[in-house]
Amino acid sequence: MAAATSMVTSSSFTFPSQGLRLPTRSHPCMKPQQRRFLRKYASNVITATYELKPPPYSLNALEPHMSRETLEYHWGKHHRTYVENLNKQVVGTDLEGLSLEDIITVTYNKGDILPAFNSAAQAWNHDFFWESMKPGGGGKPSGDLLDLIERDFGSFERFTEEFKSAAATQFGSGWAWLAYKANRLGVENAVNPWPSENDKKLVIVKSPNAVNPLVWDYFPLLTIDVWEHAFYLDFQNRRADYISMFMEKLVSWEAVNARLENAKAQAAEREMEEERMKNEEEWKPTDDDDDDDDDEGLEMYVDSDDDSEAE
Amino acid sequence: MALRSLATRKTLTLGLNSRRLIQSRALQTFSLPDLPYDYGALEPAISGEIMQLHHQKHHQTYITNYNKALEQLHEAIQKGDSSTVVKLQSAIKFNGGGHINHSIFWQNLSPIREGGGEPPKGSLGWVIDTNFGSLEALIQKINAEGAALQGSGWVWLGLDKELKKLVIETTANQDPLVTKGPHLVPLLGIDVWEHAYYLQYKNVRPDYLKNIWKVINWKYASEVYEKESA
Repeated sequence: MAAATSMVTSSSFTFPSQGLRLPTRSHPCMKPQQRRFLRKYASNVITATYELKPPPYSLNALEPHMSRETLEYHWGKHHRTYVENLNKQVVGTDLEGLSLEDIITVTYNKGDILPAFNSAAQAWNHDFFWESMKPGGGGKPSGDLLDLIERDFGSFERFTEEFKSAAATQFGSGWAWLAYKANRLGVENAVNPWPSENDKKLVIVKSPNAVNPLVWDYFPLLTIDVWEHAFYLDFQNRRADYISMFMEKLVSWEAVNARLENAKAQAAEREMEEERMKNEEEWKPTDDDDDDDDDEGLEMYVDSDDDSEAE
Repeated sequence: MALRSLATRKTLTLGLNSRRLIQSRALQTFSLPDLPYDYGALEPAISGEIMQLHHQKHHQTYITNYNKALEQLHEAIQKGDSSTVVKLQSAIKFNGGGHINHSIFWQNLSPIREGGGEPPKGSLGWVIDTNFGSLEALIQKINAEGAALQGSGWVWLGLDKELKKLVIETTANQDPLVTKGPHLVPLLGIDVWEHAYYLQYKNVRPDYLKNIWKVINWKYASEVYEKESA
């Protein structure tokens, strides 16, 4: 499926009509065996089905911080509905068979979003959200992750304040994220001409409704769902209390760490690929070479009286 | 309880500049309007618990933040601080919009024993039948739009004063109807933010939309329609 194109590192895709030519980017946060689609064969028709994966803990495991009732509705109804709708919207279209990340990128359509985006992105976001939490979570990260946090935010406390603030000020429905930016410049589609280690930053971003950092080509590391359905049963209007609880009691720094390692590896691979392609470009025949040939031709005609070269 | 929309006047006194008389402009701030019915009066369509939280917490917070933003805006205008003036626009839109929308919403609802749910009579009833075929058809359309709205927002029945026709519109977050068209006047708005129904209806927004019509105050909508289409 992955036809190598020179556009693999940019975030722009030509919209597929017939004959998809999309690079399948295996996302750093999902190992290939976790990619949740099956191919079902039924009378020569191949259909791809996305499955609702349960959280990596039982529905009551996050109590008393996040109630079982919340999980039952949030995962059992909201998340399930996104997955069901996604399957309905994808079947029989060009999107069928694509990985979830590819569907997200394609249907985001640079901001002019297409119908399946909401279902696909929300299906992905919720998987990511459940895996961002664990029973007995919270506390502080360590190692490389903590070093990067301290480098990019000053201190873990300042990071926490900024993350909580982003989550609290996302107006309406949406998400707050910690993401790894890896050489991407601030403006979408801008290519970083002098990538450096310092550009590989951690950033906090917030997004409305279903949008997630995949569409900006960042690597998401952590998220908190701030749609009201995520906290209303447990906290009603007290969003700030929910956010504090999430940071103190639920965040799975192990998951964030694993994602960061994947992201760094992915970013390194991408850099090597970009380097390789840049080198290929340098060895391609250029127009200048053609001009030299013409000159030689001219010179031959000028010396046509002299047959010495013919010998 | 009589409905009163309260506005208190707070006059900021400024020192007089000897070269130029600076007009002291009064800053109007806002307070939470009373509901014209008890919190539990809309049951079973909307629970008392939701009404109380919605009014005392959500709406009050919009007002508090709106007032804060207005004060900061007032100061920034006085100082000619354009950066701050512009920076405050989103807070004013969110919170001011929230105040506007919810103030309309409380009047759009009415207990059944006070006429909630009774179909519109008079000119509004007639124009609904003409534009949409029937009240049922209108309700189905509004509910379809409300259910399909992604995220948070409102679904509206509005009057386009210029084109002289009824429209169904949605707005995102707390955007007031006027953001969809300068000639649009809201007759009815239904809040489809999750806080408006979650404790009772959970994820089943369509059920909330189906039931809310039992307490919709068509009298208010008719009054507005008659006044605005005169």
